[in-house]
Amino acid sequence: MTSRLLAAVHLCHFIAAIAATVSDPQWFDTARLPTLIAALVAIVIVIYTTYHGSTRDKFTVRRIAGLEAVEEAIGRATEMARPLLYTPGWGGDIQRPTTIASMNILSQVAAKTAQYDCRLVYPTHDPVIMAVAQEVVKSSYLHAGYPDRYRPDDIAYVTSSQFGYAAAVDGMITRLKPASIFLLGTFEAESLILAETGNSVGAIQIAGTDSTIQLAFFIVACDYTLIGEELFAASGYLSGDRSILASVRAQDIMKVIIGLFLIVAGVLATIGALYGMALSGWWGF
Amino acid sequence: MDRKIALVACFAFGVVMFAQYFSAHPVAHQVNQAVLEYWQIIFAFALVLGVVGFCQTNVTQVRKGHDRPYRMAALAGFVAMPLLATFWGIKAGSPFLWMFENVQAPMQSTVFALLAFFVASASFRGFRARSVPATILLASALLILLSRTWIPGSMSNWLPDAADWIRNNPSMAARRAILIGIGLGSLTTSLRVIVGIERTWLGGGK
Repeated sequence: MTSRLLAAVHLCHFIAAIAATVSDPQWFDTARLPTLIAALVAIVIVIYTTYHGSTRDKFTVRRIAGLEAVEEAIGRATEMARPLLYTPGWGGDIQRPTTIASMNILSQVAAKTAQYDCRLVYPTHDPVIMAVAQEVVKSSYLHAGYPDRYRPDDIAYVTSSQFGYAAAVDGMITRLKPASIFLLGTFEAESLILAETGNSVGAIQIAGTDSTIQLAFFIVACDYTLIGEELFAASGYLSGDRSILASVRAQDIMKVIIGLFLIVAGVLATIGALYGMALSGWWGF
Repeated sequence: MDRKIALVACFAFGVVMFAQYFSAHPVAHQVNQAVLEYWQIIFAFALVLGVVGFCQTNVTQVRKGHDRPYRMAALAGFVAMPLLATFWGIKAGSPFLWMFENVQAPMQSTVFALLAFFVASASFRGFRARSVPATILLASALLILLSRTWIPGSMSNWLPDAADWIRNNPSMAARRAILIGIGLGSLTTSLRVIVGIERTWLGGGK
């Protein structure tokens, strides 16, 4: 009996020893702690500026030429009795914040085209984007009070192939000769093909993307380009929605914090380099 | 009510996906994979919607006589390729592969090749010394273009060094500033959607 008990105790010790050697998987990835801290700080700032009354009292958004020109572009298309073409580019899907930002601008543009009875053509490479865009445009026409002017055929999926999409949109631009073109979203190699074709038909072009490489092409080929965060601030700028503008203020606060961090890190790194001190640390990020 | 369900689902999935990013646990990895797989299913259904819309639009326009040749070409390709793949397969030597290699791929290459002409025409318009910044841009562009030719190697190393300095310092600084703006914009846009402030994707409204 005693020997059996001892054997059982030994077995328990053996199992415990094996369990101790197998490490438990980590619930928290410590390597991502700096990212988590930065994300939480950003979330707190956004929520504070959005929901705290005193920070929402007054907003002054600097003049953004590309967004000021939206009204002009829609008015031009209406006066010329030609359509307005809006496309989100080939590079993104609906999960991308740039596509969401583009949808927000589309909503404002569609409200105006509904009001002015201007045809809005929206070719896309992604069926999910097509479905969301149809809903966004339909709602804008409904809210503007002109649901009968909505044309579902004009918000169409063309193809998922990059250059097939470029050829299809180029064909539309060449045949329809839109008076205004909005290239807002994620663009890749097709950006310049579309922008130059738009330029060749004399359209006024407003572009914006999150790709720094394609931005250079847009700056050269388009009339107005939304650079960096301007694309994301556009929906607040156009609609005047205070909650959205509050998040734009949060962006500015975060930019100041990042700027201060960069200055402090630059000074510390310079001191370290000048005096040969081992100051490497958190600014390595 | 249906709008509230969508908002709650968006908030819940936003929080879960945010949390799983900071976890090294296999369960978090499995959650991520499961969500990505569901996304594929949603995409497949949406693709059916897109294809049906594509057919409807083109058939309607052909009937109306709008852009008939282009739309008929699009419909012919849409019908022919699946039929060829179904009856003769997609293996080497099949009609499907022949069509892909000899019709579709050359057409795509042709559109891509247009880019070279468009780069030239855009550069011609863009690189004009109308102002001081435009002149600096023109000079920088010329320097970088020259550094990529045979000339610098035959002369000295200062030209490639100067071009590298332009790309790694002023150019990169501007690029990083834009990237910080894009990153912050993406973050606030995502937060607005998760928290429910931004509802355009639901058709707008309160």
